[in-house]
Amino acid sequence: MSTLKKIMTSTAIASAMLASPALAADETRIALVVKALGIGFFEAAAKGAEEAAAELGDVELIYTGPTDTTAEGQIEVINALIAQNVDAIAISANDTDALVPVLKKAMSRGITVVSWDSGVAPEGRQLHLNPSSNPLIGNMIIKLAADHLPDGGDVAILSATTTSTNQNTWIEEMNKVKDNYAGINVVGTVYGDDLADKSYREATGLMQTYPELDAIIAPTSVGIVAAAQAVVDAGKVGQVNVTGLGLPSEMAGAIESGASKSFAIWNPIDLGYSATMLAYEIAKNGAKPEPGATISMGRMGTLELDEKSEGAMADPFVYDATNIDEFKSIF
Amino acid sequence: MLSKLIPMRETILGAAILLLLALVATRFAGFIAPANLANVLNDTAPLIILALGQMVVILTRCIDLSVAANLALTGMAMAMLNVAMPDLPIALIIALSILIGAAMGAINGLLVWKLEIPPIVVTLGTMTIFRGIIFLISEGKWVNSHEMSAAFTGFPRDVMLGLPMLSWVAILITILFGIMMSRSSFGRSIFAVGGNPHAAVYTGINVGKTQFFAFVLSGALAGLTGYLWVARYAVAYVDIAGGFELEVVAACVIGGISIAGGIGSVGGAVLGALFLGVVKNALPVVNISPFWQLAISGSAILIAVAFNAQSGKAKGRIILKTSKDAT
Repeated sequence: MSTLKKIMTSTAIASAMLASPALAADETRIALVVKALGIGFFEAAAKGAEEAAAELGDVELIYTGPTDTTAEGQIEVINALIAQNVDAIAISANDTDALVPVLKKAMSRGITVVSWDSGVAPEGRQLHLNPSSNPLIGNMIIKLAADHLPDGGDVAILSATTTSTNQNTWIEEMNKVKDNYAGINVVGTVYGDDLADKSYREATGLMQTYPELDAIIAPTSVGIVAAAQAVVDAGKVGQVNVTGLGLPSEMAGAIESGASKSFAIWNPIDLGYSATMLAYEIAKNGAKPEPGATISMGRMGTLELDEKSEGAMADPFVYDATNIDEFKSIF
Repeated sequence: MLSKLIPMRETILGAAILLLLALVATRFAGFIAPANLANVLNDTAPLIILALGQMVVILTRCIDLSVAANLALTGMAMAMLNVAMPDLPIALIIALSILIGAAMGAINGLLVWKLEIPPIVVTLGTMTIFRGIIFLISEGKWVNSHEMSAAFTGFPRDVMLGLPMLSWVAILITILFGIMMSRSSFGRSIFAVGGNPHAAVYTGINVGKTQFFAFVLSGALAGLTGYLWVARYAVAYVDIAGGFELEVVAACVIGGISIAGGIGSVGGAVLGALFLGVVKNALPVVNISPFWQLAISGSAILIAVAFNAQSGKAKGRIILKTSKDAT
């Protein structure tokens, strides 16, 4: 018994000694755990997290993750963080359920756990930060088209497949708010099945069917690129604006050619920033992450939690000629 | 011998295409404008090239399901090569794409020839392997239009005598195949192998070797199309041309190429591809619900095949008359 006690005491001392540098500086140690190291999107998120840490002042940021996108790798990383006794873990998970036990263990040691980008099941985290929400995305895709059509005009939608849940939800949300945009007339929806050739053909068909078409909204990364190419090949740059959801690296050419004036997607920098801010608010300032709560995210405003303790950060971020060069190498 | 001068099947298919065009024109008149028809031809060019390669394989009683994966892998390799060495001349890129495609076709061919594995199994396997290799070499990343050189994406678009190069490549290959299938010993041996392999062996034709070269040819064309495809759509990623192999086989079947081998023609393959091309390009402009489009495409294929099966029925010659007729 006494031997066991001895071992426990020495372990406690050892861990206290390990943790002492942080305690001495009285810094909140927040670990940003990503799906895998070396991915542009997450490197950008880390940049945002550093920004938050610098803004808060008393934060020591630990940017970490496995070398490949596996749940096993993340479990090892989290175990190491628990041993280091960090104050908070903000994670983009490789698996919704597999990480729950180890994150539960972390929470039982008093570590704040929030998930962002790719979520963990509710029992394994205190809150989840979504980059955006379906209503925000639905509104954004029509706003992108309307912003460049002050006098109104005809827009058409190029979606993925007829059964794509995400796209159908966004289009449904878009239809709910389209009356707020006076003069914008949604003339039709076509489906490119997320195939470059079919999307290209459908976009060409749209321009033939509606010679007065002003914009094509493609809330899918394959479709938006193919539609932009179709507009360039049809010689309708400046006449038909391609917009929707796409990745900066994939859309850089379309912005350059002028086929697309702007498009949107999440901003990883803002995401990393907000996740760090939320972790800090809970770990240091005692914010309670419960359904219905509102928690501050610094310059990103506040996060409102729904009944599953999830919240949406903001509108998708708009990319255009002014910022595409900065982001095209990131993701 | 009128039927020999004007092949029946091709005439009927040609008429079907004209009828289809007329039908589309009633709903969308702009479709049959010459400029749009040129666009349709251009859009169908990759399908024509692949259908010709597939035709040769099917004629030898084989099937090549790996063409789309071969296309995607070669396309990705060429796109990555272009990013690494933007100054590489396009002629070299084209030569390399044909070579890489042919090498992949040779793998199929060797497995069929030397190991005598059924072609459908071989090419199902290599199809998955090729897609896997694309993921390995690209790490799942896209090659995007702004990373490709202007010359690389420009070649299929360069206009010569009113038509883009993509169309000219398809026309050139069609002419070459027309000559090869009717005038060369290789072309005739393909018909012999498919029509009656046992008889072919007795005439001194190596069946396995002929099948091997058919696969090499199909692979080479898939490789060439790979470059053209990636350059035309100005994007390369793992899933490009996903499921396209079935469209290629469908074009051949519509064109009257017998899945059992031995029967078929260059004209049939080209018309089969054009038929599908017209359907694919017409559906988006005639304003039909997307839910119906798939069903319509499928029905068009079935009707064409059923029609071919009917008209292609060999009218056997009665050599033993029944006693009643004899008397």
